[in-house]
Amino acid sequence: MFKLWSTILKDVRILSRDRLGLVFMFAMPIVLAIVITAVQNSTFEMLNTNKVPMLLCNKDTGEAGKQLEAAIGKAGMFDLKQLAPAESEKEISARMHAKDAVIAIIIPADFTAKIKEKAKHTAAKALHSFGLQTDSLKTDSSSIQPITLLYHPVLQESFRHSIQGALRSALQMVQSKEVLKSIYFSINEKELTDTLENELLNNQVAIREIPVSRDGSRNIPNATQHNVPAWTVFAMFFIVISLGGSVVREKLNGSFVRLKTLPTNYLVALLSKQLAYLFVTLVQAAVVFSIGIWLFPSMGLPKLDLPADIIGVFIVTLICGWCAVSFAIMVGVFSQTQEQSNGVGAVSIVLMAAIGGLLVPSFAMPSSFQFVMKLSPLHWCLEAYYGLFLEGGKLRDVILNILPLLGITFFIQLITLYGLKRKNLI
Amino acid sequence: MSNAAVSIKNLGFKYPGQAAPCFNDLDLHVQQGERFGLFGPNGAGKTTLMNCMTGLLSFQQGSIQLMGHEIAHHKKSINRLFGFVPQDLSFYQELSPAENLSFFGAWSGLNKQEIKNKTDELLDVLGLADVRNKKVQEFSGGMKRRVNLAIGVIHEPQVLFLDEPTVGVDVHTRHAIVNYLKELNKKGTTLIYTSHQLSEAEDLCNIVALIDDGKIIAHDSLSQLLIDHEEDGLEGLFINLTGKAFRDL
Repeated sequence: MFKLWSTILKDVRILSRDRLGLVFMFAMPIVLAIVITAVQNSTFEMLNTNKVPMLLCNKDTGEAGKQLEAAIGKAGMFDLKQLAPAESEKEISARMHAKDAVIAIIIPADFTAKIKEKAKHTAAKALHSFGLQTDSLKTDSSSIQPITLLYHPVLQESFRHSIQGALRSALQMVQSKEVLKSIYFSINEKELTDTLENELLNNQVAIREIPVSRDGSRNIPNATQHNVPAWTVFAMFFIVISLGGSVVREKLNGSFVRLKTLPTNYLVALLSKQLAYLFVTLVQAAVVFSIGIWLFPSMGLPKLDLPADIIGVFIVTLICGWCAVSFAIMVGVFSQTQEQSNGVGAVSIVLMAAIGGLLVPSFAMPSSFQFVMKLSPLHWCLEAYYGLFLEGGKLRDVILNILPLLGITFFIQLITLYGLKRKNLI
Repeated sequence: MSNAAVSIKNLGFKYPGQAAPCFNDLDLHVQQGERFGLFGPNGAGKTTLMNCMTGLLSFQQGSIQLMGHEIAHHKKSINRLFGFVPQDLSFYQELSPAENLSFFGAWSGLNKQEIKNKTDELLDVLGLADVRNKKVQEFSGGMKRRVNLAIGVIHEPQVLFLDEPTVGVDVHTRHAIVNYLKELNKKGTTLIYTSHQLSEAEDLCNIVALIDDGKIIAHDSLSQLLIDHEEDGLEGLFINLTGKAFRDL
């Protein structure tokens, strides 16, 4: 026990004097958690709170053009800037290059006329199908000019699709209104009243959004709940830079040779490193979680809500940390130089993070990656954390994530022992 | 050979992938209390033989006994009997001399009080008491060599293996190290020493063996070897027995 304690003391002393290693282990995850959460949170707020600047050039002088303008405004997503009807597409593009807005809409000049024409044709078809006589069935509606949507190339496809969805919804509203009016007029030979119009068109069934949680809470997950656990896992595994390098240094500077001539098994050194760095991973998690709880709100970011099962969080953190430490030691044992350990360690962590769902959500992965994803220990760490932080689960709910993680950890330990044996180090 | 510190019989060793063996049926005996010097040109097998004796390399044939214990069978248990001072500075430069001695003392099997006593004594004898809490990476080459030596002797080994312990140090440090080693020997520690510093070896060693091409070509007291080969110094004897050709081409 005294040998183990002396070795832990030695490792802690060396670690505390490795300033670069400490920066990697603590500053990097803090910066990552803050930056990524802030970026994702601002995107979230842009879609939900802030409005997207949109240029609107309505060349139509009729009623439908105005209705479309109003419907777009009601969508609540856009900060509309009206342009003069005479502005050309080229001039609007120039404004967009000047970053006046990232999207612009041009409503064609004959929009109202064509919409009415199409509405009459649709109404006539409907009446005809009801067995009523109509004289406008032959009206040709194929000549309606499309609404032009100009967008800046920086706009991401998913965001563009959500804008298109909002526009289609506004357009549908205008078209439906005209069709309804036309049918009503054909049947009743009088205009549709505003009250009835409102009753028919604006009385949509509401959608109720409920996050599925195990504890029955209705908290809406936010960027903090997603990012803080994810980047904590990333940080834990990034101790490969410090720990892998420490193992390589010990091999290269001759300490290993001296240790082999002493009456103590090198497994004591391995156990010591695991305990010392496991403690570091626990401190890392405590620091990043604390920042999420106490610092984020003062920065305008959502506060991190710790799960009710704190013991579950501790055990998951402990197992994730053990896996990270085991991986770092394995990299150190198999690396010939410190540069190799740093390079292989850093690249492998980024790759495992990518395939493990830290950079891209696991459900968005192609099916061919689903198996590879399960080989990444970071995937199981993340799933276990999400089970606690997002789903409000308890330890028993994430046991199926912990078991594969333990399996991977034991496998890594076996490979490390094989490497030490093969290199005659134990 | 009941009072042999090291007894090597029919030693055969070959590195993996190497065609010719380093040693074939090599015999060597070092008596307890000797200050034994092992010399030879580069590539002669000095370090390999020392690594076999300390258990760092596993040999394929023969036996090596250390203080009567076969090292192939009881490696870890007999590691307490010997100390090793490698040519490389084999310790943690981020730590102070006291911290290094504390760690290596624990690994050598000493308890807390023994470590404290030996640390105070060694740092004092080797002139490191004033810098006991400074990081070794700030030390001169000579001071680092003394730390390297202190770690090797903290557990008072019966046999001390020294692989070029004074390489790259100034005259004062060399003098201090050699004197300290003689003191250790007077207290009963057997010294097994290799170096290219032949004048230092003449001062330190009373028994000398020359190894060349994996074979012991001379082994006797230094005075007897000089008489037998009509030489007046170890350097002349070395050239006489091993020739003048470069060996590390």
